[in-house]
Amino acid sequence: MNRMQLRFLSRSENEIFARNVVAAFALPLNPTLSELSDVKTAVSEAVTNCIVHAYPDDEQWIGVECETDGNKLHITVTDSGRGIADIAQALTPFYTSCPGEERSGMGFTIMQTFMNDFHLTSVPGEGTRVEMTKCFGGTAEADAR
Amino acid sequence: MDIQYLRKGQELYLYLKGELDEHSVVSLRGRTDALIDENASSKRAIFNLAGVRFMDSTGIGFLMGRYKKLSRYGMGMAIEAPDRNADKILSMSGIYSLMPKI
Repeated sequence: MNRMQLRFLSRSENEIFARNVVAAFALPLNPTLSELSDVKTAVSEAVTNCIVHAYPDDEQWIGVECETDGNKLHITVTDSGRGIADIAQALTPFYTSCPGEERSGMGFTIMQTFMNDFHLTSVPGEGTRVEMTKCFGGTAEADAR
Repeated sequence: MDIQYLRKGQELYLYLKGELDEHSVVSLRGRTDALIDENASSKRAIFNLAGVRFMDSTGIGFLMGRYKKLSRYGMGMAIEAPDRNADKILSMSGIYSLMPKI
């Protein structure tokens, strides 16, 4: 088992930093390119949510924790921001709380689809926690497809 | 993100390059819209994604926004050469029903 913790400010330039750090941490598990791409996309979605929705007005801390467990990578993304009052609504594909800002409302749908396990908890006014797991087990042939 | 364009007859080809996310989309949006404004006499804009190494759901919002802008000019839109990750996201969003993959 390996673990890491990352803490960074909610600046949009840190999206590329966060997804690449998590991808680099996952490399010893021998992910296929496709699996690694799924992880990067899911992390990018979770971190973007923190920047755009949790802390819309100022720069505060975002936490990313990773833990390996056999061929699995557990990722937890946390913020202490605004929180989500209606989780079912937030998880609805194409729902966005910011219409008119060219947002697709597909962030959570992508996290749920690209990862093997997904769990969202949130307390309005206190923060949000996204827990996701990716199981690596694809073959190189999967990349060739 | 880098964007280059090529006018081929009635079609405007837009070649995107780089990582498309919430951060990079801000300047890309303005540059793309300026190119569309300058080439509004074309019939269709084709977004070539071969150089896009990374894209998250920001890409869906970006492409939908350009689709709406192009519609106001009466221009069509199509997508070309998305990589597997971009294709997965775009297929999931149903966006190809508005802008076909060619």
